[in-house]
Amino acid sequence: MRYMMLIHHDEPALAAADQKQLWQDYAAFNEALNKATGASGGERLEPAASATTVRTTGEKTDVLDGPYADTKEQFAGYFFIDVPTLEEAVAWAKRCPSSRFGSIEIRPLHVPKGDWK
Amino acid sequence: VSSGEAVRTAERVARESYGRLVAFLAARTRDVAGAEDALSEAFAAALRMWPDDGVPDNPDAWLLTVARRRQTDALRRRQTRSAGEEHLQLMADEIEDAAESPAEIPDRRLALMFACAHPAIERGMRAPLILQTILGLTAIDIAAAFLIPPATMGQRLVRAKMRIRDAGIPFAVPEKEEMPERLEAVLDAIYAAYTKGWNEVGDAAPELAEEAIWLGRLLVSLMPGEPEAKGMLALMLYAEARRPARRDSAGAYVPLDRQDVALWDREQLGLAEQLLRAASSGGPSGRYQLEAAIQSAHTARRITGADTWPAILALYTHLEQLTHSPVVRLNRAVALAETDGAEAALALIDTLAPDRRMTEYQPYWAARGHLLARLGRKDGAYEALTMAIGLSTDNAVRHYLQEQVAKLPDG
Repeated sequence: MRYMMLIHHDEPALAAADQKQLWQDYAAFNEALNKATGASGGERLEPAASATTVRTTGEKTDVLDGPYADTKEQFAGYFFIDVPTLEEAVAWAKRCPSSRFGSIEIRPLHVPKGDWK
Repeated sequence: VSSGEAVRTAERVARESYGRLVAFLAARTRDVAGAEDALSEAFAAALRMWPDDGVPDNPDAWLLTVARRRQTDALRRRQTRSAGEEHLQLMADEIEDAAESPAEIPDRRLALMFACAHPAIERGMRAPLILQTILGLTAIDIAAAFLIPPATMGQRLVRAKMRIRDAGIPFAVPEKEEMPERLEAVLDAIYAAYTKGWNEVGDAAPELAEEAIWLGRLLVSLMPGEPEAKGMLALMLYAEARRPARRDSAGAYVPLDRQDVALWDREQLGLAEQLLRAASSGGPSGRYQLEAAIQSAHTARRITGADTWPAILALYTHLEQLTHSPVVRLNRAVALAETDGAEAALALIDTLAPDRRMTEYQPYWAARGHLLARLGRKDGAYEALTMAIGLSTDNAVRHYLQEQVAKLPDG
């Protein structure tokens, strides 16, 4: 099963962490992810303050500064994994250093059923 | 106000009684979920009331009386509906019969454990099923320990119970020729629950370890002639005895060789030794007895200072012939490092490298990294320890490995 792992950071908590340690942990995690599952390390996003949100309602389009929701934890990056079970996806989420500074949402990728005739 | 001790005693008695009654009803009706439903409110009431009011003289009779009242109410409420009524009536009749002579209710928990660990039940669900049916743990508690969302765990438990009912899984202790394999499945399920409680350091973990040990004791009492059951209980007790020494006061990971043996629980170690001796008077034979014997040798090594590495190596060699497990070979390599040196150990570990499962097995990379560091091969050690760090789920272990990396010589 392919999963997208959506990383949400508590940005102040992340900023307060020992950065050198954090990026060493991340390097080790990416290395393990790549060697063990063949997955690439995914992408990291700029902080939520850099976001622009577009919403079209009827004829009207709003373009706003900032993320779409003003929550404590903000979407910060993602990676993909392909593992047989949810349990293994949970194990990878737990290994990911970001899980200590927010949360990781595990979402199975949609597979078109293709069973129509 | 009830003390913690009173709460635990009451809870134990309630779980004993509950498990016995679920097993009895389920064995008669083949309906595990129905038996749990019929007893759930009575069990919840017992957990609530017994710690304060004291444990009743006949706990089974108490639970049956409350369950009987509940079933009568449920039947009355559903009088107009036909669906499910037959099933309710069946369960009500069974409870009625049992309540007539609660002293004569046979203990069918062993049969229930064999049903839960039947080959037709998905391997990963066997431990959760046993924890729920025999101990009355909730899906929420089990989910927390197994790191699965509660709703998912709930659905899987429901499906597994339907399978027991629909696939005609027998509620019986297997015949002699089937016994070794079937017993292994039961032991593996209980041990899996224990290792969950051992590896995870979270809040739910020590409790789960305690429940698994309790199941191990129950199994030994129900099968007193079975050496492997004793071997498994001994194995869990050896590990549990060392729990207080696994972390220092700052929460840092302490490897076995640096643990303060004064913190080990001597009572549990004594019990483990006794069980192991009783199990393997003619030398350990089964997988769990061998693993327990290895832990016994580690304990002796640390407490008396005797060099038991050759014995440990011999036991792992025997165990590998029995199981053909790559994990056992890895452990044999670690023992080999102590008897024949790191070079020989590394050569053995190299034979595991083509095994795909090893690439995400954290202990493989940790062992490899430590051996390479011992041999002064810095680059290889750095690479292997980095993998081990990346694969760690436990922060304390991660920090320990980072210290090992920092100790690698420069250049």
